[in-house]
Amino acid sequence: MSLIEITEVRKSFGSNEVLKGINLNVEAGEVVAVIGRSGSGKSTLLRCINGLEQINAGSISVAGQPLLPDDKHLKALRLKVGMIFQQFNLFPHLTAGGNVILSQTVVKKTPKPEAEAMARRMLERVGLAEKFDAYPDELSGGQQQRVAIARALAMQPMALLCDEITSALDPELVGEVLAVVRELASEGMTLMMVTHEMKFARDVCKRVVFMHEGRVHEVGPPQEVFTKPKTEELQRFIGMVGEAG
Amino acid sequence: MTEFTTWDILRNLLLATRWTLVLSLVSFVGGGLLGVLLLFLRIGRARIGRIFVKYYVELFQGTPLLMQLFLAFFGLGLFGIDVPPWLAAGTALILWTAAFLAEIWRGCVEAVVKGQWEASASLGMGYLQQMRWVILPQAFKIAIPPTVGFSVQVIKGTALTSIIGFVELSKAGTVVTNATFEPFTVYGFVALIYFAICWPLSKSSQMLERKLNVAHRNH
Amino acid sequence: MHYQFDFGWVADYYPVFLKGIWITLELTFVATVLGVLVGIACAWARTQGPAWLRPLPIAYIELIRNTPFIIQLFFIFFGLPGLGFSLSGMEAALLAMVVNLGAYSAEIVRAGIQATPRGQFEAGSSLGMNRLQVFRHVVLVPALQRIWPALSSQAIIVMLGSAVVSQIAAEDLTFAANYIQSRTFRAFEAYFISTAIYLLLAIALRYVLAGIGSLIFPRRAVR
Repeated sequence: MSLIEITEVRKSFGSNEVLKGINLNVEAGEVVAVIGRSGSGKSTLLRCINGLEQINAGSISVAGQPLLPDDKHLKALRLKVGMIFQQFNLFPHLTAGGNVILSQTVVKKTPKPEAEAMARRMLERVGLAEKFDAYPDELSGGQQQRVAIARALAMQPMALLCDEITSALDPELVGEVLAVVRELASEGMTLMMVTHEMKFARDVCKRVVFMHEGRVHEVGPPQEVFTKPKTEELQRFIGMVGEAG
Repeated sequence: MTEFTTWDILRNLLLATRWTLVLSLVSFVGGGLLGVLLLFLRIGRARIGRIFVKYYVELFQGTPLLMQLFLAFFGLGLFGIDVPPWLAAGTALILWTAAFLAEIWRGCVEAVVKGQWEASASLGMGYLQQMRWVILPQAFKIAIPPTVGFSVQVIKGTALTSIIGFVELSKAGTVVTNATFEPFTVYGFVALIYFAICWPLSKSSQMLERKLNVAHRNH
Repeated sequence: MHYQFDFGWVADYYPVFLKGIWITLELTFVATVLGVLVGIACAWARTQGPAWLRPLPIAYIELIRNTPFIIQLFFIFFGLPGLGFSLSGMEAALLAMVVNLGAYSAEIVRAGIQATPRGQFEAGSSLGMNRLQVFRHVVLVPALQRIWPALSSQAIIVMLGSAVVSQIAAEDLTFAANYIQSRTFRAFEAYFISTAIYLLLAIALRYVLAGIGSLIFPRRAVR
């Protein structure tokens, strides 16, 4: 059994069908990159897995539990799968530490001292132990994104979904965030990331999924996908981003 | 006929100002409490609550406050009780204030960016937890300047209660005018007293707003 | 509650309501047009005008926005005759409404002007226009388009606020209700009906103003 099982998933916004029958399995401990042009449906797919968008047809299950759109199932799902956003979405009224503590105490009912100890461990893990009391607007974009990763990790998820987590960052800050993700990958965390960092995808990911017009167009190990693309669309995409050669 | 000095006029007006302040405070606090209730119905999950508050707000924002005062005055009278003006004034102003505050605060809740809902949802929080811990604390901060600004509208609104016979600053202005035959001086003073109360509130609302905008730009 | 509602008198008195509605709308229309013109003049004086002129509109705006409309009305109607400046109820009502809306619309217009990109002023002057021409042709029209919704709401607020002019014997809709209740002793019903009429007028005015807005500004505002 795969950790994440996506079967014939369809999603429409109005009359616009964004996902046209997606089939994809992600194994525990696997690191998967989802690539494709903007509008190919890759972010929508990730958001569906986290229940932020409701699917119109098909099924998604995580660790054998089907994703259903009621509060109880959604909560259970989100405890298993964490999500990191392009815009960080830290809570601006809380410190870095507060951001990491909040959902532990509120959702998991972890006692405050334990939650705080966990927050300190997680911030240390992303290299921000000394920023425990800093507010988000006192942190750089790269630091904010690392706090967001710590916040998701503190919930001890089985998998992390990363939605273009470096796209909103200045180029010189991309490296520090990717270093954290690389570390997580080497520790065996299951990762599914939508990304434009082709070099990173090639180096770190076990599998690359190329999406095109709402479908999974090609799947394979990175060296295969990047060096021997089977379809014209993938060839054109790789030529366009121009980093895979 | 007795002679009235300027000081006599001013003293009488200032004495009546107390009642303007009391009524403003009662309306603002009462309206605020009711407004919170309406806000929760408006942003809550029950459709019927949302629709009720939507029309409630439409009704109170779409009709003259003076009419609301008349209806409160004569409407409460229908229950066979002798309605003192303060009761009608307080009732109407509380209902009116609640409508405006609920609408202002709804705007503040909606001004919290979508990403905050998504991030807190992805961490497993339910609707009430999101509201309590993530959305409302942020909305509260945004809400302070317009809420302070609206207090000026409440104070000015109390002037209308003079028409149904509540004796506050405006009514005192009319009474003193009738005794002194100096409408220019009297209403001039009345205006200045209102100004002295309202202007600091307007200014602090603007300053808070500017402070908030600066804080936001740093994000 | 033993009270029996009675709306039977409406058939006899509806012309009184109609006349009141007409006066309320007339006052609102004239006051809105003139008030917005005053507002534009103040906004110009405050943002583009000569330095010596600028404190004047600020004092006017602050004074009006921080005092109740009814006091402005009483000051004009009862106070000004002392200075040898007598007005009828209707004239005083109109003047008070214009003065009031002028102050509020000045702030709205100013916000619209301040949202004008810097480059627009510079482009205007680089084409050889003088300050007034830049204001009139380059700044004002896009600003009015931006603030149309806010001006519309303010016009509705002025209409609802005008209920007070009945207090100085201007024969508006509220005056009609007062008159009818004094004749029929059906106060609650009379005010109930006039309140409903105000609500309908407010809703209708909103639609009409939105319609006018899309007519005179057919293209969407460029931000």
